[in-house]
Order: sequence, then C-alpha cells, then structure tokens
Amino acid sequence: MSEFTLITGRTAKQGVALHKGKDSDEYRQATGFVMMSRADREHLGIEEGQSVRVRTAFGETELTLREGELPPGIIFVPMGPTANLLIAAETQGTGMPDSKGLEAKVEL
Amino acid sequence: MTRIENVVCSFCGCLCDDIIIEVEDNCITAAKKACANGRSRFLNVHTQAAQPTVDGKEVDWPQAIDAAARILTDAAFPLIYGLSSTASEAQRKVIALADLLGATIDSTSSVCHGPTTIGIQSQGEPTCTLGEIKHRADLVIFWGCNPTEAHPRHYARYSVLARGKLTPQGRKDRTVVLVDVRPTASSKKADIFLQVRPGCDFDVLNALRALLKGRDLDVDEVGGVSVAQLQDLVGRMKDCRFGVIFFGMGVTQTGGKHLNVTELLALVAELNAHTRFTTMPMRGHGNVAGADSTLTWQTGYPFAVNFARGYPQYNPGEFTAVDMLARGEADAALAIASDPVAHFPRQAAQRLSQIPTIVLDPEMSLTAQVARVVLPTAIYGISAAGTAYRMDNVPLPLKRVVDSPQPTDEQVLDWMIERVKTCSA
Repeated sequence: MSEFTLITGRTAKQGVALHKGKDSDEYRQATGFVMMSRADREHLGIEEGQSVRVRTAFGETELTLREGELPPGIIFVPMGPTANLLIAAETQGTGMPDSKGLEAKVEL
Repeated sequence: MTRIENVVCSFCGCLCDDIIIEVEDNCITAAKKACANGRSRFLNVHTQAAQPTVDGKEVDWPQAIDAAARILTDAAFPLIYGLSSTASEAQRKVIALADLLGATIDSTSSVCHGPTTIGIQSQGEPTCTLGEIKHRADLVIFWGCNPTEAHPRHYARYSVLARGKLTPQGRKDRTVVLVDVRPTASSKKADIFLQVRPGCDFDVLNALRALLKGRDLDVDEVGGVSVAQLQDLVGRMKDCRFGVIFFGMGVTQTGGKHLNVTELLALVAELNAHTRFTTMPMRGHGNVAGADSTLTWQTGYPFAVNFARGYPQYNPGEFTAVDMLARGEADAALAIASDPVAHFPRQAAQRLSQIPTIVLDPEMSLTAQVARVVLPTAIYGISAAGTAYRMDNVPLPLKRVVDSPQPTDEQVLDWMIERVKTCSA
C-alpha cells in the first residue's frame, strides 16, 4: 500500500462522454480510472489496466490503473460518480467539498 | 437542409457564438466550429417526446406538476439546486418558486466557483471582458485550470491565439504562463510552466505579493517553485502592458479555498499600481455566471440563499446544497438543469435517493434515476431560446435550432408556481 495526494478534475473525454449518457460505457470508461506516474506504477509493481483499490478517509473504490504524466506522489481521478466515492462532504463552511489534495492510499 | 449561423454553444462558460448548425428533418447533422464537447452536445440531442414520470410511471403533465408541488409544499426544509445549464429566464422563475415556498436555493456555483464569490465579496474583483483580453492582453496566466480540456476554444477565441487590435500577431504578441500541480495538455502550450506542490497555491501567491512589494524572501523555494522563478514572474507582471490571471478549480477546490482566491485577487489588485492587470474565473457550466447574476439581482446574494424567514438570507456552509444534504437537513429537493448525484460526494448524493426528489432536466441524468418525479424539458440553446451569461458576465441570446415536443423549464416552472399557490391556499 502506498500513500498519494489525490486530485480530481475534468478531462476532455469525460466532457464528451457525458452527452452520450452517464449510463454509457464511454462515460464509465472516461470516469472510472485512476492515473499515476510511471515511477509510482513501477514502484508498486503493477501494470496499466490492472484494477487497484483507492482509499481515502471518506470512502474507497476499485479503479482501472492508467499511467500518465503526473509528478510522483500524485494520483488523478476524473470527476464523476467514481471520484464522488472518494471525496469529502465536509466543506469548512464554504459549500465546496474537498475535491483536490486529499490523502489517498492505493493497493492491489 | 437548413443552415443556421452564429449559434451560441451553451455547454461551457466560453459560450462560443460562431457555431454553424446544419439541420435535416429536425435533426442536427453538423455543428461546425464547435469543439469536441460542443459537437457532442449538439449531435447527441434527442427530439422525440418524453412523458413526465412519478415513481417511475408515465403520467400526464398536470399529474406530474401536482405531485411535484405537493412534495415541495409538504416539506419542512426543501432544497432547490442547479440552475447553471438553464436559461436566465427559467432561473428567474425558479427563484420565484423558492421565494414562494420559503425554500433554500443554491446553484452549481457552490461546487465550482463559490469560493471565488466569497473571495470577491471580501477583496473585490479587478476584471474586464474577454474582448478586452483578446485585444489588449500581452501576459496571460492560467492558474489551476486546464482550458485545453475544459474550455477547448478559449485559447483560440479569447486569450492566447486570438488576434486583437493591440495583439495583431496573436500568439506571438503574448507570453503565456501556466501554474498547476501537474503537467497538462495546457501547460505544454505555455511559455512558462510553474509546478506548485498540491495545497501550496496560497503560499506561492503570498510570496508573489511579497516580492511585488520589494521584500526579500529568506528561502530558496516556495511551494515547489524557486524564488528565482517567482522573481522572474513578478518582473513580467510589472512590465507587461495588460495582464490577466484566469483561474480554475485548482485554486477553489484545494485547501484554503476562498482564502486562495482572496490572495489571488489581492495580488491582481496590487499589480494595478504598476500596470493594467485583471482576473477572471474559468466558469464551467454554460450559464453558471447567469445563475450568480440572476440570483444576485433577484435576492442580493449569488448562491446559498434561504427564504425560510420570508426574506433572503445568505450563508455558505449552512445553505449550500452539499452541506444541507450531507447533514440530512433537506427533506425534499428539486434539481433543475444539473446532476448532483453524478457530482456530489457520496454522503450528499445518497441523501437525494432517501428524500423525495424532483428533477427538471432534458437529460435522464443519474439524479433523474433516483428521483420520485421527473419532468423532461426542452434544451436551452438547442430546442429552446433564452439568455445565458458568458464567463465575463456578458449576456448572449441562445437560439432554438430544432423543435421539441417538450415544454421549456420556464413553462414548467410557471405551472409549478401556480400549483404551489393553490396547494398553499
């Protein structure tokens, strides 16, 4: 198990796929993965396309691993129903949930 | 085939107004000049009739309106949420409905640029229109945003490639800086990329303010960025003719939230002692800026508004949708032109399936799938005309390019208001 900083956000594919319907395979694929750097992936000894479990203090879920251009120590999940399982409902009095910069753990 | 020019795409806050739509037999066959997001929006439109449903069963419109009105009038603490993908004409009506019910009304702003609004309320906003940026800006900074993926035509139409009166060579006349926690498709197009450690935006902004004031920093780096890089950026900011910082969720969704925005706005305000400098949030939904504007001119407040006392009260954290749902306070909900089940943290999204929820939306969204009442409507900017506000708060007219058998949000809200008045009487 390794510790990361989780950020969530928009991607072009997520934006295009949501018009196909949020039940579509295209949307599920566009929002159902976790991205990490090659260095972190090799350190964990896992391959692209493998399923990993991502866990935060607020929830956990299984995601497909993708390699991407990220600084070591950061993982990225596209905004959507899967990312929602990991982010906090606490808003510190602002209305805005903590959607970026969360502590997360990744395990096989 | 019918060809309609100068159509506004209402998908994102860019509101590109140069789209050419081709229609055959009431079907959109082409959306020329649109980005991938816009094309997908126009080309995946369904114009066949859809009936409203109550508890999953198709009903006629009067039955559906009656069910929705009863849910809202029976509730002790109803929540109305969304607004950002409908027209301002409908936003005005849904605010009237909230007022009539004594409900809470909140827009998707609260989970995108709500912290920006809180920052603006304490610091002010040195801003301008996108037209001024196109014609004048020679230093363009993007902070915590990725326009190449989220606002694909922003560079070409307004900020980076656009040729203006004082920027006749477009890209060659501008220096582009991108600040983010990771390399992105946007950072590859920038002249300078500053990679900030996650959660350190406030520190970096604070260091830039100190350097601008001529203070020395007794460290080598701040938030992952070397002081030499920060000094270089401050020099460029002071020396430019017209600068702008566009900023996104990287600033508002990380720790500090509105405090990050306040610091950014303070930096921009102070830069105006040296040159003309402005800032603008990169607004996501097509009419989220309109939701802020319409709520403000109707109630005095931009989001998180409660009418329980018979007059509008404003309090983010208390009257914001995620908080009200996660705390289990809202006992009924109306989601209009938004999909909170798809975009809220689990705890808040779950509450929407535990309480009677009404959905007013053209799409069969994830929220519609858990809703007790679903009211399918026409799509503003495609099958209904209306008004939307661009990210620089310029209102633009949305055209109807195909016909729809569905009523508009505005019509349905008129019916609901009339029915709620009857129920209340």
